[in-house]
Amino acid sequence: MSPTRRSRRDFLSQAARGAAAAALGGVLWAHLVREQTHASLFVLRPPGARPETDFLSRCIKCGQCVVDCPYDTLRLADAGSPYPVGTPYFIPRDVPCYMCPDVPCVKACPTGALDPALTDIEQADMGLAVLVDQENCLSYRGLRCEICHRECPVQNKAITIVNHPRKVSKHAIFVPIVHGEACTGCGVCEKACPLPESAIKVLPRRLAQGKPGDHYRFGWTADTPITQEFEPAITPPEETTGDAEAGLDYLNEEIP
Amino acid sequence: MRGAGNDPRLGERPVRGFELPESLGGKLWFWRYIILRRVVQLLVLLLFVGTFRWGWSLAGSPVLRGNLSASELLGFVPLADPFAVLQLLLARGAVASRVLIGASIVLLFYVVVGGRVFCSWVCPVNAVTDLAGWLRRRLGIRYTVRPPRAVRYWALGLALLLSLLLGVAAFEWISPIGMLHRELIFGWGLGWVAVAAVFVFDLLVVKHGWCGHLCPLGAFYGLFGGAAQVRIAYDATTCTQCGECAVVCPEPHVLDLKRAAETGMIASGDCTNCGRCTPVCPENSLRFGWRMRI
Repeated sequence: MSPTRRSRRDFLSQAARGAAAAALGGVLWAHLVREQTHASLFVLRPPGARPETDFLSRCIKCGQCVVDCPYDTLRLADAGSPYPVGTPYFIPRDVPCYMCPDVPCVKACPTGALDPALTDIEQADMGLAVLVDQENCLSYRGLRCEICHRECPVQNKAITIVNHPRKVSKHAIFVPIVHGEACTGCGVCEKACPLPESAIKVLPRRLAQGKPGDHYRFGWTADTPITQEFEPAITPPEETTGDAEAGLDYLNEEIP
Repeated sequence: MRGAGNDPRLGERPVRGFELPESLGGKLWFWRYIILRRVVQLLVLLLFVGTFRWGWSLAGSPVLRGNLSASELLGFVPLADPFAVLQLLLARGAVASRVLIGASIVLLFYVVVGGRVFCSWVCPVNAVTDLAGWLRRRLGIRYTVRPPRAVRYWALGLALLLSLLLGVAAFEWISPIGMLHRELIFGWGLGWVAVAAVFVFDLLVVKHGWCGHLCPLGAFYGLFGGAAQVRIAYDATTCTQCGECAVVCPEPHVLDLKRAAETGMIASGDCTNCGRCTPVCPENSLRFGWRMRI
């Protein structure tokens, strides 16, 4: 065997071994990354955070939002936490977001993972408060608790109190109702709930909220004008004319 | 290595070995670079920790906000890890200008002072792997697997490829450097497991395993070491080729003395400018120098 042929064989076998090792390493590596990036179902992000996938692809894990958070609300996920490693999150029951008007966390973000377009903190969308436990909520039990309503920083918009009259023998109950379009998910209500385990909890919107069809028109609501010029979203097919026999108008015509 | 009788340049000069000085002052002087490196490493870490934990500020601006992935110095100088930013760039196709500027500043700095200066003077894992290397020598552990040094370039390529495919900065999600560094600043978690794995790997499996063979961040900075201005200058006229430098060097293949004799310096980008070889050289043939003046 000539030396060149042997060296070519060596080269090929080495290259094959290298490629196999790289492929194996790559698969393992990709698995570790995907494991991390998928583990974020319940995580609550800082104000201005982009949708989760977009956020994860932008965040450089520098923790500058955490440093600039004046209330120590934000934390950086360590390797043992259930959240994607190195990314910022908060747990409202520990420390909620107190909605700084100057939004320092967003200003600190160097990559735009927290969208710099968010300048009005009331437009933040960290999640949605949900009264998850009506059985134990004191308001639902007939007490005038309403602490979540009174603590809510988006006063009288994100949480309102609605009274439900009950049977004659009992007094009315006053229950907190969360309004999704105003709630920022700051979690002050969750922190404020006097129960040992909060009855109202902030959840990521994708878990907490449904989505109405784009074509729905709620004609009975006060802000929808009642009009005769209603145009259906889908135009019905034009009536066929010609040879086809007209249908029977059985209310007005005699049955032949 | 010891003995250089066959090299005509050396003539009849005796080959001296290195001896650690007796006096404390002599020892401290001998350890000057390792002491300085630990001081710099701790100082960088302390600036991050102090700014986060104790609110250190200068003229109203936070001193050093963030961590090694991205930070802001004195409230206006953006800094960023150029390798992390490159991964973000591949993952998304675009990055914000602030980190792009930060990465350029950092990259420029390391191109001047020596690419892998990051590894031996800043990186927090360096202390861990140095400890493993020291223990290895102390315990006389000679066993080592010898994977090729080029594995780290494969890892570098994989990091970039996976960033492109997965749409996230792939190395940042598994980096033991990032885990250790973040948890030192922001609070302890399970990152130490990854760091312990690196330590055990270096101690028992591969000599200089992580930094010398696997780490894609080191490989990345190594690419820029070739253009670095601060380099170890080599004086072939005084060198007796005693081999003391190769014993302490974590990347001994960079001490290609034939090539160094031609260029007058250790030119390889893999050199981390750690300075271990300079005090250990009995003939003072290896010293820090500027590329321009070598």
